Amino acid sequence: MKAFCPVCGGEVELPEDVMPGELLECQSCGATLEVYEQESAFKLREAEEIGEDWGE
Amino acid sequence: MRVAVVYDRLRAEEKAIMRAVEELGHKPVRLHLNSTHLSLGMAVGFSIALERATSGIKAYSSAAALEASGVKVVNSSQVIANCYNKLVTTAKLLESGVPAPRTAIAFSLEGAYKAAEEVGYPVVVKPVNGSWGRLVSLAQDEEELRTILEHREAIPSPFYRIHYIQEFIRKPGRDIRAFATEDRLVTAVYRVAAHWITNTARGARAEKAELTSELEEIAVKAARAVGGGFLGVDIAEDSERGLLVLEVNSVTEFRNAARVTGVDIAKEIVEYAIGA
Repeated sequence: MKAFCPVCGGEVELPEDVMPGELLECQSCGATLEVYEQESAFKLREAEEIGEDWGE
Repeated sequence: MRVAVVYDRLRAEEKAIMRAVEELGHKPVRLHLNSTHLSLGMAVGFSIALERATSGIKAYSSAAALEASGVKVVNSSQVIANCYNKLVTTAKLLESGVPAPRTAIAFSLEGAYKAAEEVGYPVVVKPVNGSWGRLVSLAQDEEELRTILEHREAIPSPFYRIHYIQEFIRKPGRDIRAFATEDRLVTAVYRVAAHWITNTARGARAEKAELTSELEEIAVKAARAVGGGFLGVDIAEDSERGLLVLEVNSVTEFRNAARVTGVDIAKEIVEYAIGA
C-alpha cells in the first residue's frame, strides 16, 4: 500500500498492518507523518507536535 | 461485546489494549479521534470505551461526548478532569485526607512570591496541565523564582497566569508510579533517575517496586479521591512524612512498567473496564 507525503509529495510505503494514528517517517524528506483514515483510505498528514497537555 | 479504544496517537499501549480486548473474546472498535468526529447523543454501537487520547483536552472532550451517547468511558470525563488539572488533583487528594506535598496556587507574581514563602523553598513551579515533566521548574530561592515566573508570564496562555507552587520533595533518587483502581493496587514501579524529574519520558529507568501495604493504601485512596478508575498514581517517598502523592494520571503509559513487572497491564485495564 502506498500513500503520498504531504510535505514533499514523495511516495510512502505503508506497512501491511498499518493503523490510523501510527507515525511514519517519510524516507525522502524525513518529515514525521501521522496515518489517518478518510473514506476508508489511509492518508498522511504532518504529525502534531507534542502538546502542552499531553499526559503520561 | 464491542469495546471502543479511543485514541489520537497509536502507541505500544494502544496496540496492547486492542490485543487484550481480542484475547478476552471481545471486538475492539478503533476510534482514531484525528480521523473521525463524534455526534453527541447519537447511537455509537458500543457501550464501553477505553479513553486513551494523549492530549488531555481531547481525552476529556471525547469522553464527555461518548458519555452523552450512553457509553461508559474508562476513565470517565469527570475523573479525567480531576487528573488533568494538577492543582485540582492535589485539592481532591487533600480533601480526602491523602498526604500530598505543601501546595499553593497564585494568580499574580506578587501572590506567587508570598505563596512560595509560605510553602517554603526550594519550590517547584508546575503548569496546571502539563506532563512528561515539561515546563516543571525548580526554584531554590526568590531570585530563581522571579526568573521562572517572568518567563512563564511571557507565555501568552491563561494556563501560565496560574502559578501552581509546590514544596520540592527530596526524592531518594526515585519515585513510584503505582497503577491502582478504587479497589486495589494492580502493580507499581520505581522510576529511578539522578535528575529530580523522574518521568520515564525524560529518561528515568523503571524497576519493579515492592508492593507494601502502605503503598496499596495510599494508591487506592488517591484513586478514590479523584473519582475512581484505572489510574497511574505518582508517589514520592519523603524522609520524614513517608509516602506523598504528587499527581494522578488518567491516561497512563505503562509499556515500561508492564515489561519490568511482568504484569499484563493492558489486560488489567480492559478487565477493569468490562467488569467494573
